[in-house]
Amino acid sequence: MTAPVDSLTTDHGSENDSGHGSKGMDIALMGMLLFIASEIMFFAALFGVYFNVRATAAVWPPEGTEFISWQGSGLFGLGLAVLITIILVSSSFTMQWATDKIRKGDRTGMNRGLAVTLGLGIVFMCLMLFEYLLLVTHDDFGINSGVYGSLFYVMTGFHGAHVLGGIIGIAVVLARGMRGQFSAEHHVAVEAVHYYWHFVDVVWVFLFLTIYVLR
Amino acid sequence: MASTPLPPAQSYRRAAVYDWITTVDHKKIGIMYVVSSFVFFLIGGLLALVIRTELAAPGLQFVSEATYNSIFGLHAINMIFLFVMPMLTGLGNYIVPLQVGAADMAFPRVNALSFWVFITGGLLIESSFLFGGAPVGWTMYAPLSTQAPETGVNLLVLGLIMTGISSILGAINFLVTLFRLRAPGMGLLRMPMFCWTQLVTSVLLLFSIPVVTAGLIMIFIDRNYGGGFFEPSLGGNPILWQHVFWFFGHPEVYILILPAFGIVSEIIPVFSRKPLFGYRAFVIATASIGALGFTVWAHHMFTTGAVYLPFFSFFTFLIAVPTGIKFFNWLATMWGGKLTFDTPMLYACGFIALFLIGGLDGAFLAVVPFDFMVQDTYWVVSHIHYVLVAGSLFAILAALFYWFPKMSGRKLDERLGKAQFWLLFVGTNVTFFPQHMLGLDGMIRRIADYSANAGWTELNFTSSVGAFMIAGAVLMFMWNVFATMRGPADAGDDPWDANTLEWATTSPPPVYNFDHLPPVRSERPLFDLKHRDDGHAPVAAISLSVTEGPVQ
Repeated sequence: MTAPVDSLTTDHGSENDSGHGSKGMDIALMGMLLFIASEIMFFAALFGVYFNVRATAAVWPPEGTEFISWQGSGLFGLGLAVLITIILVSSSFTMQWATDKIRKGDRTGMNRGLAVTLGLGIVFMCLMLFEYLLLVTHDDFGINSGVYGSLFYVMTGFHGAHVLGGIIGIAVVLARGMRGQFSAEHHVAVEAVHYYWHFVDVVWVFLFLTIYVLR
Repeated sequence: MASTPLPPAQSYRRAAVYDWITTVDHKKIGIMYVVSSFVFFLIGGLLALVIRTELAAPGLQFVSEATYNSIFGLHAINMIFLFVMPMLTGLGNYIVPLQVGAADMAFPRVNALSFWVFITGGLLIESSFLFGGAPVGWTMYAPLSTQAPETGVNLLVLGLIMTGISSILGAINFLVTLFRLRAPGMGLLRMPMFCWTQLVTSVLLLFSIPVVTAGLIMIFIDRNYGGGFFEPSLGGNPILWQHVFWFFGHPEVYILILPAFGIVSEIIPVFSRKPLFGYRAFVIATASIGALGFTVWAHHMFTTGAVYLPFFSFFTFLIAVPTGIKFFNWLATMWGGKLTFDTPMLYACGFIALFLIGGLDGAFLAVVPFDFMVQDTYWVVSHIHYVLVAGSLFAILAALFYWFPKMSGRKLDERLGKAQFWLLFVGTNVTFFPQHMLGLDGMIRRIADYSANAGWTELNFTSSVGAFMIAGAVLMFMWNVFATMRGPADAGDDPWDANTLEWATTSPPPVYNFDHLPPVRSERPLFDLKHRDDGHAPVAAISLSVTEGPVQ
C-alpha cells in the first residue's frame, strides 16, 4: 500500500508534549495564562460590584466601620493589613528568585526560594484568618453586616482561597523539586505556579488599596 | 500463547462502561457530551410541552401557577446551559482536533474533568425539581432570586456555578488546542471556519463566565448567609445583578450561536461544491461579533432607566453589520454553485431563512421606543426562539446529520431526515410566529394563564399545535438514530466529498486520529489532496488513517 505523496508522519509523543512544531510557548504554560485571564475577569467583577455600590451609596464607607481604615480605632487598625501586604509582596520576590534559580539549573536555590515563599504564604493566610477572627469577635463585623461586610469578606475571602490554591501549588512543586524533578530545561510547573503566585499578589495589592486605603 | 481463557461476556460489558467513564479520548468525551446534552434537551422539551399545553386554552388545566413558575425557568436553563452549550462543546470536542489534525485536545484529562463537572452541575440543576423547584426564571433577577424560599434555587445556583467552571476549563482547552496543536502548514487563516467560531466562542466564555460566577456566588451569599449585595435595605442594589448577569448574558447568546454559524459555514461550501465566499471577511466578522458582544449588555435593561440608551442602542445595531456580512457570504457561496440538498444542507438553508427572522426581530428590539413597548412580552419569547430553535437547534441538527457518518460510520436515513426537516421547519414557524402577534397584542411572558376575552386564544392554540409538531420531529430524529445504528457501518470515510481534515481519516477515527497528515496549503486541505493533479477529478481511495497499512 502506498502512502499518499508528501504526507507528514505524526509524532504523538512530542505533539502531546509541546504541540505541533517546536517553537512557541509550552502548552501547559499557555493553559495557565489563559486560566489567569479568566481569574482576572472574576476579580474584575468583584471590583466592579464594589465600585458600583460605593458610587451609589449615600455614605461610604458605612458608619461604624472605622476599624479598617487609617483612622483605625480597632485593635490593630491598619497595622495588620500593612504587615500582611508586606509579607505577600515579599513572597512574590522570593518566588521570582526561586524561578530564576531553576532557569539557571540551580535546584537547591530553587528549593530554598520555594520553601521561603511557602512559609510567607502560610503566614499571610494565618494572619488573614487572625484578622477575620478579630473583626468577628472584637468588632462584631461579619458577612451579614450590610453590603460593606458582604463585600469585604467576599473579596478578601476569595483572594484568600486563591492564596490557598497557590500554597498548594507551591507545596507540590517544592515536593517535586526536592525529588530533583526539575532542570533548567524542564520546569514548566514552576513557571506556571510562579505566574499564578504573581497574579495572586497583584490582586492583593489592588484589594489593599481599594479596601484599606481608598475605602 | 492464548492459554488464558477469554473473560466472560458480562465482565467485558462492565469493562466497556469503565472504559467510557475513565476515557480521556476527545472523541469519546465528545460523544458523551452530545448524548447527555440530548437527554437534557428531552427534559427541557417535555417542560416546553407542559408550558404549551397549559397555555393552549385559557384557564389553569394542568399545573398550578407555582409549578408553572418553576417550569418555564428550568425549561430555559435546560435548553441554554444543559443543551445548546454542551452540545456545541461536544461537537467541538469531537471535530476540532480532527479538523486541525491533532491527536487529541491539548489537555485530555482536563477535558474529561470538564465533562464530569458539567454532568454534576446538570444533575444539581435537575435535582432542584425535588426541592421545591426554582421559580426564578433563567435570568434569576434579584430580589426574586435572593428571597425565594425554595431550596431548589440554591441547587440551581450551585449547578450553574459548576457548569460555568466546566465551560471555563473547556474554553482554555479549546484555545490551547487551536493555538498550539494545528497541523504543520495550517496557519490561523487556514483553519476551518468551525474552528474559528469555536476559538471566538472560547474567548467569550473565558471572559464572561467568571463574571456571572461572581454574581451567582453573591446570590448564594445573599440567600444563605445574610449578604446584602442585591438587598437595598442593607445598602445593596438589585439592578446591579442585572448588570452582572447581562454582562455575561449577552456574550452568552453569541456563545450559543457562533459555533452554529461555524457549522453552517462548513456545510454550505461542501453541498455547493464551492469554497466559502470571503473566508477572511468571515473571520473578521466572527471576531467583530465577539468583541461587540461585550458592548451591548444593557440593551436588556432599557426599561430600568439606569442605562445610557443611545450607546447601547447604537452598538446593538452595529452588530447587525458583521452578521449581515455572514449572510452575504453564505448566499454568495451558494450563488452559482452545484447545489445538492441532502439533509445537512436543508437544515443549513432552513437556518439561513429562519435565523434572518430572528435577527430582524432583534434589530427591532434595538429601537428603544419599540423595546419599551414589547419588553417582557411574547415578542421577546418569539425572538429568542427564532434564534435558538431556528438558529442553534437547526444548526445542531445539521451538524448531527453531517458528522454522524464520521462519528458512527453510518449515514442517517435521508428520506426520514428530509421529512423530519420539513415537519420541524413548519412546526417551528407555527409555534413561534404567532408569538410575534401575541407580543404586539400585549401578552406578557411567564404567565400561566390569560383571560378568555383577551383575544389570544386562537394564536395560543396554534402555537401549542406547533409545539407538538416539533416534538414529533424530535421523535422522528430519535427513531432515525436508533434505526441507523442497527444497520451496517457502510458510510465510508468521506461520504459527502468534503474539504476538511476530519474526512481524511477513517469513520470513526482511530485513537490519536492520524498516522500522517497531508500538507496544509489552504483552508481546504482534503480538497487540495483530492484534486492535486488536475484540479477536477477526485483521486480514489485516499486515506490517511492507520487502517491503510504502513507508511512507505
